[in-house]
Amino acid sequence: MTNETSTTDVPAPSPSAAPRGRAGLLLRIVPPGLYAGRAHVLVERSYLVSTRGWMSVLSGFFEPLFFLFSLGYGLGQLVTTVAGPGGPMPYAEFVAPALLAASAMNGAVFEATFNLFFKFKYAKTYDAVLATPLGPVDIALGEAAWCLIRGGLYSAGFIVVMLGFGLVSSPWALLALPACLLVALAFAAVGMAASTFMRSWQDFDLVQLAVMPLFLFSTTFYPLSVYPGWLQTVVQWTPLYHAIELMRALTTGYVGWGALVNVAYFVVMAVVGVVVAARRLGKLLLT
Amino acid sequence: MSDPAATVTSVTSTLVNAKGLTKHFGSFEAVRGIDVEVSRGEAFGFLGPNGAGKSSTMRMVSCVSPRTGGELRVLGLDPDTDGPRIRARIGVVPQQDNLDTELTVRQNLQVYGRYFGLSRSAVRAKATELMEFAQLSDRADAEVEPLSGGMKRRLTIARSLVNDPDLLLLDEPTTGLDPQARHLLWDRLFRLKQSGVTLIITTHYMDEAEQLCDRLVVMDGGRIAAEGSPGELIRRYSTKEVLELRFPPGEQSGDEVRDLAERIEVLPDRVLLYTSDGEAALAAAHARGVRPVSSLVRRSTLEDVFLRLTGRTLVD
Repeated sequence: MTNETSTTDVPAPSPSAAPRGRAGLLLRIVPPGLYAGRAHVLVERSYLVSTRGWMSVLSGFFEPLFFLFSLGYGLGQLVTTVAGPGGPMPYAEFVAPALLAASAMNGAVFEATFNLFFKFKYAKTYDAVLATPLGPVDIALGEAAWCLIRGGLYSAGFIVVMLGFGLVSSPWALLALPACLLVALAFAAVGMAASTFMRSWQDFDLVQLAVMPLFLFSTTFYPLSVYPGWLQTVVQWTPLYHAIELMRALTTGYVGWGALVNVAYFVVMAVVGVVVAARRLGKLLLT
Repeated sequence: MSDPAATVTSVTSTLVNAKGLTKHFGSFEAVRGIDVEVSRGEAFGFLGPNGAGKSSTMRMVSCVSPRTGGELRVLGLDPDTDGPRIRARIGVVPQQDNLDTELTVRQNLQVYGRYFGLSRSAVRAKATELMEFAQLSDRADAEVEPLSGGMKRRLTIARSLVNDPDLLLLDEPTTGLDPQARHLLWDRLFRLKQSGVTLIITTHYMDEAEQLCDRLVVMDGGRIAAEGSPGELIRRYSTKEVLELRFPPGEQSGDEVRDLAERIEVLPDRVLLYTSDGEAALAAAHARGVRPVSSLVRRSTLEDVFLRLTGRTLVD
């Protein structure tokens, strides 16, 4: 397990936990006690749990499909074309990438808030973890990574369905999957951070209150141009808007420099979320 | 793992050393300056009523709660800077079971071993061995939730042993268990002690402390009220024997027997006479015409010490 490259010129005391090579840099940045470089074990745990309840995992795949059929095809019969990034486009093709982005968000937020809150507040899972060499950063990274893997599987499934129904018109769509992973990571990280502030299950209504309007109003079902100017500006600041812009650009092939802004938005969101979540977990559990 | 700290502490015989250790939660002082030394191979006990500061102390020693003040060394290391390294070599049994209810018995042990960096094949072997030790082999693939309290406790103890700890911290290990489950647990803890594991136990059960602890401190209100082996404490704070005279409630004041013992205690239904010879005191009381409903001569226990040190109003 020990890694030769990590014993170069820095005579820093070697952490007791033999770090994995890839985690070496993070181990040097994060203060000792918060990170043991073993976040992957939390992912192993989540995988074991999921193999015991695969039905609940599978159900997450169908929700966006139902939306696609009901809106893309049902509503698509009435609304034939809509103004897309490159001009008028079929409604199903317009809605599908937005649903892809929304499902990445929903899956990540659900996993990160409900599951984290349950383990953190009721099952005391993390108290047991923190009695081992692992620290709060291992927990935050490990749980975020699992949200990412799960979200990634759903997204991949949805992209395959889009391909099957001819709703993808550009090879750029290959990048839709990594884009989904980034979006899922960002929402998971912020969701985790938010759930450390929650006092009881009642507070989860607030999560719904945040996620629902995002889902409905972030140009998911119609273009930004329907809003008055000031409201367009507001919508342009919200996260799901950026996710939808990114997905729509990739699946239609109209990719501009704006995509980099979308990406930057989620990188910042992910970093802030993980840092806040790790800090809060440490502060609340290590008292 | 050949880190230098391991070689340093293997030659020291003091596993835990606290001087003037304090813990505050806001304005509440849970631990108010305690000195403790635990040596390798010892079974050390923290006794005290609820709220005495036992669990706060245990959490500081297990490096999940930063100390407010004072000195603390665990395995020769400072928890503030070497928490992960210390936690790698200790086992913790918390007051409330925090088993992973989403996993089976076997998976609980395996996943916990992985947290300590053990390989997958190592945790497989270790889990089998520990389930045998905890008498849970026949429940290996069962859910955790439906297990009985005693089984959960045994699993928590088995889990705490997954890293072959030098030091095992048990916070009220048998609270809430029935007598059979307690005796089975004591037996397992005794075996661990025989095999050289250093134990630190908190409890408010005196029989548990007498059974398991070589040395103990009595804590009260965040301070240490007394320290010694169970025998020493009994000698120092109580008498060899206790004579209990039972009366109908409210029908005695203890005045007639006050001078027959070193110390007496008058309870609503009983008078306790602390004396070196209970039978002689009983004979003397009879000779004075004292007629209790019943009487009992017994040896002093830690419970007498405990009650003397931590409360129940005393009449000397």
